[in-house]
Amino acid sequence: MTVSALEANDAKSGGGSLLSTLLLPIVLVNILVFVAPVANLAAMSFRSAAATGAMNEGFDLSTWSSLISDAYYWSMLWRTVWIGALITLVTLVLSYPLALFVSRATRAKALLIVLCISPLLISAVVRTYGWMVILGDQRFLPAVLRSFNLTPPRLINNQLGVIIGMTEILMPYMILSLLSGFGKLDATLEQAAETLGAGPFTVFRRIVLPLSMPGILLGCLLCFVLAVSSFITPKMLGGGRVALLATEIYDQAIVTLNWPVAACLSVLILIVFGTALLFYGQLSKIVE
Amino acid sequence: MLPKIARGVHALSIILILMFLLAPVILVFPISFSADAYVAWPPSAWSARWYVALLHNEEMVTAFRNSLLIAACVTVITLVVAMPAAVALTRWSFRGQDALISLFTAPLLLPSIVLGLAILVIFAGYGLVSSWPGVVIAHLVITLPYALRVLMTGLGTMPSFVEDAAGTLGAAPWQVFRQITLPLMTPALVASAALAFIVSFDEVVISLFIAGTQLKLLPVSLYHYVESWTDPLVAAVSALLVLGTLGIVLIVERAIGLGKAVSK
Repeated sequence: MTVSALEANDAKSGGGSLLSTLLLPIVLVNILVFVAPVANLAAMSFRSAAATGAMNEGFDLSTWSSLISDAYYWSMLWRTVWIGALITLVTLVLSYPLALFVSRATRAKALLIVLCISPLLISAVVRTYGWMVILGDQRFLPAVLRSFNLTPPRLINNQLGVIIGMTEILMPYMILSLLSGFGKLDATLEQAAETLGAGPFTVFRRIVLPLSMPGILLGCLLCFVLAVSSFITPKMLGGGRVALLATEIYDQAIVTLNWPVAACLSVLILIVFGTALLFYGQLSKIVE
Repeated sequence: MLPKIARGVHALSIILILMFLLAPVILVFPISFSADAYVAWPPSAWSARWYVALLHNEEMVTAFRNSLLIAACVTVITLVVAMPAAVALTRWSFRGQDALISLFTAPLLLPSIVLGLAILVIFAGYGLVSSWPGVVIAHLVITLPYALRVLMTGLGTMPSFVEDAAGTLGAAPWQVFRQITLPLMTPALVASAALAFIVSFDEVVISLFIAGTQLKLLPVSLYHYVESWTDPLVAAVSALLVLGTLGIVLIVERAIGLGKAVSK
């Protein structure tokens, strides 16, 4: 129990009333913009839309059953999950050496960390636009490739474009998680292994990789979850040709105005989240 | 020790990865000075015409002003709501405290597309869609968790015995807060304000749902502009936003360190 001055004084003037007053605003806001809307959305997935766009009275399972029996949504769910997993893998492969380098850096470490993380604070629209400027036809990368007499593949308005853009968008999250995991890595352990005759590859496989596993798992969870729920980047770089759960939620909610279907898909995304979280919990136990 | 060639390959790959990470942010600068009517590489000539065009683009100017005002309102309300909560959650200990903290930071774990839709459905019933108060309240869902966490970290690393001493010497709780707690937590306050501002200013998904078509906000207007136009105007806006964000990054880094502030 923390005995602070505030508490001590408060105790004289009648217990937790000050505590409740301090917490009241955030509780009210949290209920208004989080608990109530999310609970309401979950309830809405058990309603159905009439042909007019209005919602039918009463609760039923028709929206869920029509969703589950529709192969279109199953293939979309599958595509969302495997693209998310692929993006996570590529992000990990690119972020790992960079994060390791940053954590070992002796000079300009603070600057390197800021360089790696500050893209997070730049709007996703701006960064995705940057990728449109790089990947678009007649734009930066195709022009550079052509100057080397190479024929550039199509880099935008397809899954490749979405994967490239999402990877870069998610790298700062992965680097942050990896850096927090590298804290446990002690350079003397590696030196000891080297002294005992282990080659660089063995040191990495037997010492560095196992010790950084918690950071890897956390980063993968975060990136997968964000990749599955991202909307802006797939929409802008996919050019409407890459239908994922998140883009479908937007289309159903804003274009088709079928809120019950959008609500069902939202619950579906949350189920994918929960499954990823369970996997993460199990894998963390194994690693420990 | 690694042989020389392996080290060279390693250094080169680090540089390439770093370039990949920063490429989209850097390339908008040369494109923003293109004289062409559409984005192409390399630009046929250089000019500042798209910056001039930006000043005369009424929608972008209005959207920029609206976004600034909304972010300012959101920042003030976020601090007013998160401050007392952070004090309560670090200076008291009570049953269910951890559960409450998880509840307050939970919106960060939920996809913003789900939050946006959920808030839209509720707000539509009260005429809050496309309204200033509606957008401000909706933004609180994502700014509050960040601010609360930064403030709690700030208060947590600050020894409470200073406050205890002041209390023992007869200072009233409000006096303790005004004269001891508040000055000591200034860095955390500055950092959480800067974060709340940038998170609100940059938010696009929730704004896309709540701001509708009436209330213009910069990220939403940019998104719609890119959908229908291919000229370098957005590159000019992007370049300015990158420079502005750099300022915020420096403020947060100076105040408490960037890594601490943004980790989920």
